[in-house]
Amino acid sequence: MSYSEKVIDHYNNPRNVGSMDKKDSDVGTGLVGAPECGDVMKLQIKVNPQTNVIEDAKFKTFGCGSAIASSSLATEWVKGKTIDQALEIKNTEIVKELALPPVKIHCSVLAEDAIRAAIGDWKKKQETAKPAEVRAAQ
Amino acid sequence: MTTNTRTATPSSHDIGQRTVPNGIKLPIYMDNHATTPMDPRVLEEMLPYFMEKFGNSASRNHPFGWAAEEAVELSRERIARLIGATAKEIIFTSGATESDNLAIKGVAEMYREKGNHIITAVTEHKAVLDTCKHLEKLGFRVTYMPVQKDGLVDLDDLKRAMDDKTILVTIMAANNEIGVLQPVAEIGKLCHERGVVFHTDAVQAIGKVPIDVNKMNIDVASITGHKLYGPKGAGALYVRRKNPRVQLVAQIDGGGHERGMRSGTLNVPGIAGLGKACAIAHEEMAQESCKMAGLRNRLKDSIMSRLDEVYINGSVEHRLPGNLNISFAYVEGESLLMGINDIAVSSGSACTSATLEPSYVLKALGTGDDLAHSSIRFGIGRFNTEAEIDYVGDRVVETVLRLRELSPLYEMAKEGVDLKSVKWAAEAH
Repeated sequence: MSYSEKVIDHYNNPRNVGSMDKKDSDVGTGLVGAPECGDVMKLQIKVNPQTNVIEDAKFKTFGCGSAIASSSLATEWVKGKTIDQALEIKNTEIVKELALPPVKIHCSVLAEDAIRAAIGDWKKKQETAKPAEVRAAQ
Repeated sequence: MTTNTRTATPSSHDIGQRTVPNGIKLPIYMDNHATTPMDPRVLEEMLPYFMEKFGNSASRNHPFGWAAEEAVELSRERIARLIGATAKEIIFTSGATESDNLAIKGVAEMYREKGNHIITAVTEHKAVLDTCKHLEKLGFRVTYMPVQKDGLVDLDDLKRAMDDKTILVTIMAANNEIGVLQPVAEIGKLCHERGVVFHTDAVQAIGKVPIDVNKMNIDVASITGHKLYGPKGAGALYVRRKNPRVQLVAQIDGGGHERGMRSGTLNVPGIAGLGKACAIAHEEMAQESCKMAGLRNRLKDSIMSRLDEVYINGSVEHRLPGNLNISFAYVEGESLLMGINDIAVSSGSACTSATLEPSYVLKALGTGDDLAHSSIRFGIGRFNTEAEIDYVGDRVVETVLRLRELSPLYEMAKEGVDLKSVKWAAEAH
């Protein structure tokens, strides 16, 4: 199978590789996929609590070139977006941007799942953090 | 002029081999279990049979036919000599898949009266497994034996699987993915003690390791040209003629060629090439297998001395000299192939569908799906050099290190997380 130029570019020069502190209350972590399926993506976002804007994003991926490219692209796209805007990213847009063939569509689905999981994790943190903040303010 | 009319413009199908400063040509071919490059000596042997000696080997009345027949009979002798058979025991076919089909279906049909039970192993090539599945639909009973962790069949399992209805055991001599060598001599002995026909798909083994049909009690053996530096589309089947005589029901009907077992005009140039490939193997195998094992071990050491958590799949001891099948934990095979795209190898990972089924051979060894997805098969061949081995070792190591930096699994493992205990979100995948 031959890869598109964009997949090759993301594979050779992945954007935003790395990890952030999972315990940071502004950081949301999504871990999706499974090793036995051949794909695991970890996508992290750092959100400004005042503006709900994703100020930074990092990823690490175990998977084929298309999986690496999909998650690398996902970090590029979520950066600078608000949480609500990021939730609007569709896997089909990733497919289009990277020119993924039909057999690699699941990679884009996983990247969308990773964005949602990271946002879900961040939201959960905000809910549990709130009562503590309220208590602290009292 | 006739051979060099291709333009210099590379198309998407051009291999585009280029020479790099250290004298190595890239991409490097190291996928010799898929197919081998032709030995120039083989091509030379074949060439006259395309043009000047184009005759049909079945034409008995003129020199065109005689010349073709002479080439065919020489090839038969050369193949026979390599495996300790006699020339009359060699039947020409179109290759390994046809040979496996003819052997298994031909024996099953011939001995149907005697019984309906066939034994094979789960790590066989699809040409064997799918043929057995076809026979199951026709009412045959097939036992698919498991293999041990090292990829070898357990002889006690085989003994237990045999019953008075068993007519055929078909077990490969060398595996195409992991290169492990089955104990064919012991299997042959068991079969002969019980009057069961023993077929072996020997396409990966012949010319690489000694195969002697009499010492090993092999009754039927599949052979192909393109795994031993010969042409594609030329294969053979050894069929024992005495002690005991084995008979097959033909699967292709027609002019009664090949003693009625395989009709069809013979592929004379291909057959001449296959014979020459066997003659070269007969001359050079001992020396060559030493060289192959040396290169293989050099690659193994180059990789394993610099990377942790790298696992060899299958027995190291009972193995083709040119085979190295390794899993690189925490790195997915296809992405590794992408990183070493100037080296032609293959992966046990098939990340091409939603089901993502990795190699069934590796799974049969009990290799976890995660490690099966991380496997690469290196097939070292006659034309690989030490410089190529060193280049491949370096490229593999640097790519694995880079991909591990990118791997969440590697990070988790280094943090002490037991990956087996993690509840993965996509178990349903």
